[in-house]
Amino acid sequence: MKAVYALYTDGRSAQQAVNRVRAAGFADHQITVLSAQPMEDHEFGQGDKATWMWRIACVGGLVGMATAFGLAWVTETSWPINVGGLPTFAWWPNLIIIFELTMLGAILATVMTLVVTARLGRSSTLYDPEVSDGKILVGVENPPDSAVRELETALGAVAEVQVKTI
Amino acid sequence: MSEPASRIPNPESQIATDQRINSDLLRPLTQTSWRFYLLVAVFGGGVLTAFVAWMSQAYRGYGVTGIRWPVYWGFYITSFVFWIGISHAGTLISAILRLVNAGWRRPVTRCAEVITVFALMIGAMFPIIHLGRPWLAFWLIPYPSERMIWPNLRSPLVWDFFAINTYLVGSVLFLFLPMIPDLAVVRDKSTGLRHRIYGTLALGWRGTPKQWHRLETAMQIMAIAIIPVAVSVHTIVSFDFSMAPVPMWQTTIFGPYFVAGAIFSGIAALLIAMAVLRRFLHLENYLHPVHFENLGKLLLVMALLWGYFVFNERLVTYYGNKPPEMAVFWRTQRESFAALYWTMVVCNFVLPLVLMGIRRFRTITGCVIASFGVVIGMWLERFLIIVPSLGHKYLPYSFGTYRPQPVEIIIAGATFAAMMLLYVLFAKFVPIISIWELKAGEHTPAVLVPPATEEHRLGELHL
Repeated sequence: MKAVYALYTDGRSAQQAVNRVRAAGFADHQITVLSAQPMEDHEFGQGDKATWMWRIACVGGLVGMATAFGLAWVTETSWPINVGGLPTFAWWPNLIIIFELTMLGAILATVMTLVVTARLGRSSTLYDPEVSDGKILVGVENPPDSAVRELETALGAVAEVQVKTI
Repeated sequence: MSEPASRIPNPESQIATDQRINSDLLRPLTQTSWRFYLLVAVFGGGVLTAFVAWMSQAYRGYGVTGIRWPVYWGFYITSFVFWIGISHAGTLISAILRLVNAGWRRPVTRCAEVITVFALMIGAMFPIIHLGRPWLAFWLIPYPSERMIWPNLRSPLVWDFFAINTYLVGSVLFLFLPMIPDLAVVRDKSTGLRHRIYGTLALGWRGTPKQWHRLETAMQIMAIAIIPVAVSVHTIVSFDFSMAPVPMWQTTIFGPYFVAGAIFSGIAALLIAMAVLRRFLHLENYLHPVHFENLGKLLLVMALLWGYFVFNERLVTYYGNKPPEMAVFWRTQRESFAALYWTMVVCNFVLPLVLMGIRRFRTITGCVIASFGVVIGMWLERFLIIVPSLGHKYLPYSFGTYRPQPVEIIIAGATFAAMMLLYVLFAKFVPIISIWELKAGEHTPAVLVPPATEEHRLGELHL
């Protein structure tokens, strides 16, 4: 992997760097920004917000609900036992199992969506351990050779910032 | 365009703050004192003793316990209800504080969430310990056995199985998800095998804006989902009692009464854990007196709520005046269980009311004293719900007593050692305060810097 990046000490400098990289002709999806905490006070931290996670959680809940209903129906009707005169398949007691598995379905769907959409568990590409110390990485992965020089200029415009090329 | 100097964050101080937070919160992971080994040895010894006692019970039979007709539930089910109650400290409180975006939650949430996970694990063990043949515990799991005999899904005990497991899975994930960025910090600060282990646990976390958004959205959804689950868990535990025709059990107030008691004991456990962590891990810069004061106020509210529920339960029973219920009522109020009952009232109501109600006493020490009282009081409350009622049912042939035997006392007592052992080990291997949330809280909100526009294509630099 080839990459050009720089580490900034504050969000303001990082935002300026992002703006300059954009101006150099790179699209947002080509620009990598890494930080040690959410940077929602800055424009670069606002991207990629749209997500179907809520909807997928609801679908997961529905799957859990259907599973619980099926489980309750199959287990109670496959060996019908008269317990205290209750009907074989009684709604009130089954609502508890249905509720628990609905919530479990929603929780598991949420976590799976997070893992998939946040690309967790995949081998990382551009990264610098200095991000953990609070620095903000702005860079571009696999830039075309013709753009490297311009990119280095754009990223290095802030005083005392060191541009790294790997 | 120039900006007011006060609104521009000082970059050097931000980096210094981040490094200080990293250094302070990673210190317990990198430095090991003799105290850690001593605590592990002491608490580990307690757990080992309990394990030997349990094995002895399994080998010699259930007769070694004091549990016999008519009191079939004793210390084990008391401890089960108690620990499930303690588990309400974490995930529930953390979820509520996250949803209302309480800024002071940041150093508190993980301490609390850890309590939930470990208390649930300990609590869930008790029904298995309580079994005469614990190796058959898997019969609770709905699996297609040879004769297609399924667990009875209409039984409150099976509801427990589903509710506790859902809460446990949800709580583990609720704890783990916000830990991922911190595990990445530990990964970056470690070398060798530790680097590989933490790297695996961090799931390749990098900290892109997309990852932060997804994580925060996931935490919001989890928080919304976990609150009703937490409430349902202790309501369902209360159904173990209120579904049975036993004097003073079959009452509709048990659901909210148990949930309120659970949150009450959970807050007390959280206050004790925070005070211990603050003292031994030197987290004075992060766990401030205001955190204790806020939780102390919550403890006071819950003490009042607990008193309200007890008053309701007692007054309705008293006015109903049914002989079997009144027999249990008087046993606890002024006969054989009176000493335990009034100790419970003092610990759960009088003590927190005085210590948390009077501002002068709402200090860290005051919170810890009140919390110890509440933990003792809530254990007694569970015991007093179970034993007096079971020992005095409707007809004289079913009257009896319960005397806990050494094996029960050892196992019930050792669960406190198990809790502390798990907590010490967790604090040794994972930052006990969320690093990234703390950093996010300590950073000055910056002015939103606009993106490049058609008019200013090169941003503010005008290259």
